[in-house]
Amino acid sequence: MLVLLAALAFWAAAGAHRGWTVNNIRRETTDPVTGLSGATYETGFIPGWDFLAAAALAAGLMAGASFLFRSKKAGN
Amino acid sequence: MRTRWIAFLVWPALVLPALAAPETFDFKDPKNGNKIEFKLDAPAEKIAGTANDISGTVTFDPQNPGATRGKIAVATASLTVPNAMQTTIMRGSLWLDAAKYPQITFEAKELKNVKTSGTNTTADVTGTFTLHGVSKELTIPVEMRYLKDKLGERLGGNQQGDLLVITSTNFSIQRADFKIMPGQNLDKVADTIRLTLGVAGASPK
Repeated sequence: MLVLLAALAFWAAAGAHRGWTVNNIRRETTDPVTGLSGATYETGFIPGWDFLAAAALAAGLMAGASFLFRSKKAGN
Repeated sequence: MRTRWIAFLVWPALVLPALAAPETFDFKDPKNGNKIEFKLDAPAEKIAGTANDISGTVTFDPQNPGATRGKIAVATASLTVPNAMQTTIMRGSLWLDAAKYPQITFEAKELKNVKTSGTNTTADVTGTFTLHGVSKELTIPVEMRYLKDKLGERLGGNQQGDLLVITSTNFSIQRADFKIMPGQNLDKVADTIRLTLGVAGASPK
């Protein structure tokens, strides 16, 4: 649960991007002489829904594993 | 006598522009500012990206823009979308196959509906568009702006020359026409690819 909450918090803090994770961040530019506007890409990381899905899967696996490796209570 | 001398000195300024030769503009931009943007709107997913490794030459005559000819090439490996994995897949052998088809080109052969106002010219350019190894005739509406003596200002150096800015904001192709996974994954990768062109070429003096 902690992993899932941390992933949600990170996703929300990074802009709550609803789409694929962005690895190439778009920057708009305009050339003052030609007037041409365009975009360049810079390497970066904005988590998307696939990041949340991976976090949910990891959280689920960890939760499942925790049931397998539970320590038995004394006296049982 | 004085009038004759003035006429003798002034006539080259009046006549030479009319005799000016066409200029050749190189579109390999040292500032890497040339871009082609592409957009695909599929029902399940919208994809937008750019290509910025552009080269080629265009011959343009300010006195006769209708005679413009040239070829623009885009390096397939420069096509980029925001997601790195999608970029790799797009350039890969299933889709654009950048290794086998390293360039996307357009060679202008004829201009129609040429309208010039000052240094701006609009025209419909017909030429051969080659993508994924398939060549097709295509007509693209373009606007050309001739910027005389603006090269130095743009580069910020001593190099003098002219600029030619070519833009096109309204043309599209069908990926099936170019054998790019025809009929496949249409819910996520639209068949129609909308393209926007914005490039500047330099003619140093």
